[in-house]
This record gives sequence, C-alpha cells and structure tokens, in this order.
Amino acid sequence: MIEFVNHIFSHLINSLPITRLLVVIGIMVVASIIILMFVLLYEGLATYAERKVAGDIQARIGPNRVGPYGLLQFVADGVKLILKEDIIPFYADKWLFVIAPYIVFTSSFAAFVPLSYSSHVYVADMNVGILYILAISSVVSMAILMGSWGSNNKWSLIGGMRAVAQIVSYEIPTVLSLLAAIIITGTMSMRGIIEYQSGGLGIFRWILFNNPFVFLAFFIYFISSIAEVNRTPFDIPEAESELVAGYHTEYTGMRFAFYFMAEYGDMFIVSAIAVTVFLGGWQIPFIAGLHINTWLRQAIEIVVFMIKIFVLIYVMMWIRWTLPRLRVDQLMEMSWKYLTPIAFFNLIGSSVWVALFNGKGIYDIFRGLFIH
Amino acid sequence: MTQVDERFMYVNMGPQHPSTHGVLRLLLKTDGEIVEHATPHIGYLHRGLEKIAERVTFPQFTPFTDRLDYLASMNCNLAYALTVEKLLNIEIPRRAQIIRVIMAELNRISSHLIAFGSFSSDMGAFTPFLYGIREREFINDLFEMVCGNRLTYNYIRIGGVSKDIPDGFIEKTKEFLDYFPAKLKEYNEVLSYNAVFVKRLANVGVITTDQAIEYGITGPNLRASGIKWDLRREEPYLIYNELDFDVPVGKGEMGTIGDSWDRYMMRIYEMGQSARIVGQCLDMLPQGDFTAKVPKVLRVPQGEVYVRAENPRGELGFYLISDGSIKPYRLKIRAPSFANLSIFPLLAKGVMVADIVALIGSLDIILPEIDR
Repeated sequence: MIEFVNHIFSHLINSLPITRLLVVIGIMVVASIIILMFVLLYEGLATYAERKVAGDIQARIGPNRVGPYGLLQFVADGVKLILKEDIIPFYADKWLFVIAPYIVFTSSFAAFVPLSYSSHVYVADMNVGILYILAISSVVSMAILMGSWGSNNKWSLIGGMRAVAQIVSYEIPTVLSLLAAIIITGTMSMRGIIEYQSGGLGIFRWILFNNPFVFLAFFIYFISSIAEVNRTPFDIPEAESELVAGYHTEYTGMRFAFYFMAEYGDMFIVSAIAVTVFLGGWQIPFIAGLHINTWLRQAIEIVVFMIKIFVLIYVMMWIRWTLPRLRVDQLMEMSWKYLTPIAFFNLIGSSVWVALFNGKGIYDIFRGLFIH
Repeated sequence: MTQVDERFMYVNMGPQHPSTHGVLRLLLKTDGEIVEHATPHIGYLHRGLEKIAERVTFPQFTPFTDRLDYLASMNCNLAYALTVEKLLNIEIPRRAQIIRVIMAELNRISSHLIAFGSFSSDMGAFTPFLYGIREREFINDLFEMVCGNRLTYNYIRIGGVSKDIPDGFIEKTKEFLDYFPAKLKEYNEVLSYNAVFVKRLANVGVITTDQAIEYGITGPNLRASGIKWDLRREEPYLIYNELDFDVPVGKGEMGTIGDSWDRYMMRIYEMGQSARIVGQCLDMLPQGDFTAKVPKVLRVPQGEVYVRAENPRGELGFYLISDGSIKPYRLKIRAPSFANLSIFPLLAKGVMVADIVALIGSLDIILPEIDR
C-alpha cells in the first residue's frame, strides 16, 4: 500500500524542493491522522471490551444503554471526559504536570509506526523496528515520574517511583526474551521477522515452535509485558486500593484520559510485538500457501493479525479481573530472581540451538528427517 | 510544634482512602515504601451514641444499635435486647429465640461476605467483591422480607422480634442454604488458595496468642491466633448450647498461626458453620409467640449488668446501669473493632505500605462502631 502511495507522489517529490517539502509534510500529517483515528477507535473499543469482559467474569452485564449493546459507551465517556473540569493542583509543578500525559500518549502512539499489519499494509518498515518500539515506549517511565513528581502528592510520588522501578526491572526480561527470538530470524525489522515465519502451513514455522527455549521465552515475554503496561497483577504504580490511583491521582478529565488511552495503546503494542515475534504476525494459519486474490489476502491478513492480538489482549483482561495484586518487593523479586535468569538461560539456549542446528527450527529438522 | 524528622515522609492514609474502611485516618511515617510507624486517628464519625442512650427510652435506643455495626445490625440489636432483658429478667418464647439465632447467623454470613469481598478488593482483586455482594443480595432479600430493610435491619426487639417471619421465608432460606456451600468452594478456588493472594498474606501481620490476649482482641481475629474462644460456646445465650457447630481456629495453614491469611480464612470457615446453624434452627423452629409480653412504657428495674454477645467482628458488650426509670442511666458499649484496631500500630511497624492495606482488611474493622 505504501509503495502505491509512494508511486503517486513520486513525481511530486522529485519536482521543486519547496513542493517536495510540503508534500512530505502533508503525507506525514495525513498518515498520522489515519493512525490516530485507528488508535482512538481501537482504544475506545478496547475500553468497551474491557468492561464487557469484566462483566462476564463478574456475572453482570456491563454497558448496555448507549447504542446497541452499549457499543457507543466509549463515545459517551469521551464526551464526558472532555466536559470535565480540568484541575491543576495549586502547588503542582505546572509544566511537568501538564505535559506528562501527552508524553505518555505520544510514546504509546509512536510505537504504532513500525508495526506491520499485513504483507503490504504498514507505515514504515524500519530495520530496527523492535529496538525502536522498545526505546520509544521506555519514555513512558520518565513521563510517569514527571507527572507524579509534578502532582506534588506523596501518594503520586510513591506511585511514580514504583512505576520506574517496575518498568526498568521488567524491561530486562522483555528485551532478553525478544533477543532470543531475534537471534533466530537475524533481523529486527517487523516485516522481516514475520516473513521469516512463512511456510509450514502458516503455523509450524512460528518462532514460538522453533525451539524449546523460545517457547519459554514467549511466556517470559508475556508476563513481563503485562508488567510493562502496568496491569494487574502488576498494577502497583496505580494500585487504587493502596496508593489511591498512584501517579494519576491528581489528573482529571482529558489529562486522565490520555494516561488511560496510553495504557490501552501499550496493551496493543506489547501484544502486537508478541504476535509479530512469536506467533507469526499476519501469517494465516493453515491456508497460508493458498492462492487468493491479493486484496482479499491483505484483508484476511489484517484480520488474522488483529485476532491474534485481541486474543492476547483478552488474556490480559482475563488476568486483570481474576488475580490479586502483588506487593512491590515480591514484584521485584519475581523479575530479578526468576524472570531475568530464565530469560538469560533462554537467550543462551536459543543461541546454542541456532549454532548447533544451523538456524533450523524443530519443524525444519523433522521435515529434513523424513523428506530428503 | 513537634520536630519533623526529615529522613521520613509523613503521609495520611485516609480518612478518604479507599482501603481505610470508612473514616479511619492513619498517619504513616514512611521511609519510601517501608512504614516506620502508623498512628490511627479516629473520631471522624463520632455521634455520641452512648450519650444519646441516656436521653431516650430503652426501646427507643434499639434503632441506634443498628447503626453501630451497620453490616451486622441484627447482631447489635440482639446484644442490646439481651442486655435489657437480663435486667428485666423476662422469659423469651422459644420461637422468638430460634428466629433470633437464624437472623444473627444470617447476618454473620452477610457481614463476613462483605469482609471477604472488601478484603479481596483491597488486595487488588475486584471480582470476588462482586461475588460476595451477589450472595449477600440473597440475604438482603431475606431480611427485607422480615423487616423491610436492606442495611440497618431493625427486627430484634426487647422481648422478642418485631413480627413473625413471613410466609415463604423458610423455603427461601433453605434455598439459600442449598446454594451457598458451592459458592464458598468457588471463593476458595478464585481467591483463598490463589498463589498471589497467599504470598501477600502468609506471615504478614502475625498476632501471637499472647499479643491477642493482651490487646483484648476478640472474634475471628482472636481465633485466628489459635485461641478457641467463641461466646456462643463459652457463655451460651439463646439456644446456642443445643446447636451442633464447630469453632474454627487458626492453624497456620500457609504460614504462621495468626497471620493475615489465617484471619481471612477464619471468616470463610465461619460462614460455613453459620450456614449449618441456620439449617438446624429451621428444622427445630416450633410454633408459638414471637415476642414476650413487654409493657409499652418499659421501666427497667434498678441495677447494673454487662452482657456480651459474639458478633461477626468479636465481642460486643453492653454495660448498662439502670436507675429504675424509663431511660438508661448509663450505657457503655464495648465495641470489638476498637480493641481489634488497638493492636494496629504494633503490627504496622516495619511493614510495607501495601501490607498496611492487608492489615486493615484482615482485622475487618468497622468505623461507626469504633467512633460510636
């Protein structure tokens, strides 16, 4: 799709320098608006889904008044949040307080850029895709600390300190688990990783099934990614029953909504990385090799990619409405004593596997045994 | 002005904190996440109930006892009625006694359900809270049938109960007893033996046997410390000596005897025992009067008496002095939560902020009773 767009604008780009600049800026603005629309729609529906999932688990109904089945509830929420009074505490550090939610949201939003939604639909194919996402989403910890310090509220400050401790700790097992997988593919580009997993009926060459170490790495990644997005059982930075919502205690209306949207955005991002790196991205299970119309194929690929992501998001919601919250020291213990060592073990194991079997996964090795 | 030690941070937990169960204010002196000292400040809800007692007649004070422990109004009514009846020295019809036991035990279940639910919500698991509310709804319906109220039940009166149980009450109660044990099992599956939950509570806030006696702790909190003391067994009132039920004591199943998990678990066990009691009472319910003959203008003979009853939170005692008039001369209320809270500063030393929440929840205090 991007090639197509590039083709249309290519002669414009190659004309006068000033036109070229304007066209580039125009493309950037249009592209960001498209992504923003997608992100906002997804986030709205995700908040709706969260409440429906919670309703199911808690034996109640969930929203059902605004629109059919309460589907427009998120629009009503948006209107409500916009109309709410914007309160800035008198003794707050106003500059930090005001800017923090936007930084959180921006870093979450920017992480949508290198994702590959299907074989032809993507915004940018960076050769450092995963590194970029990990780097840009780490800004969240700084922004949370800014907001919590700026609030001039002790509970918020504790929340902010917890957030930084947690996000920094869990970044390590996350990155190590991803590295274990990236060693196999030999690329950090999101498209490259997904294309590596093609074939094998669209499921057996998933990196998840490549070797036992990456299989384990997937679970390590998933657990630590839940901690990265601050959700139960790792929601200690906000911990409403301990810290009274922690770092966003003092935020109201749209500023609060930005924090909230960033959380749902991050859920999508970490699930998308998990799907891309371990679960074959947009590879269609079982009919991957089938010859179908290109446009239809793109559509199916997008749907498959989304379904895989939403399954993971559903699991996160399910966990959230089931488990109690860990204590901060237990959380650190889990990261440093269990997840990080196992992640290192996976990294080494996966590297040794790649060296021993020349980069072949279990599926390829078995195939090699029977088909010569 | 007192000197403030700058190494520590002073934070107020409450009175509006979600986990301080009403209007408790804890002044925490913390070193980061570690609590150095916690001082409970009470009195935000003071209503002067003991003074009011001196201004109203004996029967007129009954509705005020509803508001003592608003989650166990029946039990508070009962304890007050028993106190006045002891001075009056009147015989209560057997039917009334059994109805009273049924109500007291149903109310014990409903109170423990709230304790269970709010505790789980303090621990970050919101779903079990709604499960507890769901089952309590059933009991609320039963109480609404007998007295028309859903929170501050005012049913037990001096001399008996206000009116006979309505048609269909027995069937509906039996229905509840059939349905409830399965729910208790569900609670254990979803929360009690959950690894995160156990890890949060085992060995946290241990009250040793000696400490429990020293601080005058009663009820499930005392029994969790390994002391088999239940007023229903030790000083039987009504028909409790005819009933077959166990008194669960803390065994340190997951850690030390008297830790927060034991205190939590006591309530789960007691709900099962209360359901047993209600079942037996329904079977032995005779025909007869629901109240003794009590004059409209009640004159209580001169004298003083102390009567205590086993409430969901422990020993509720009324020390009543009568000068022979229609009003109490002096009424001192011994509230179980007050004694249970008194040990809090001892337990809170050196724990983490998240444990403070666990401690308050596991002690199951109720503020209207403490402040009176």
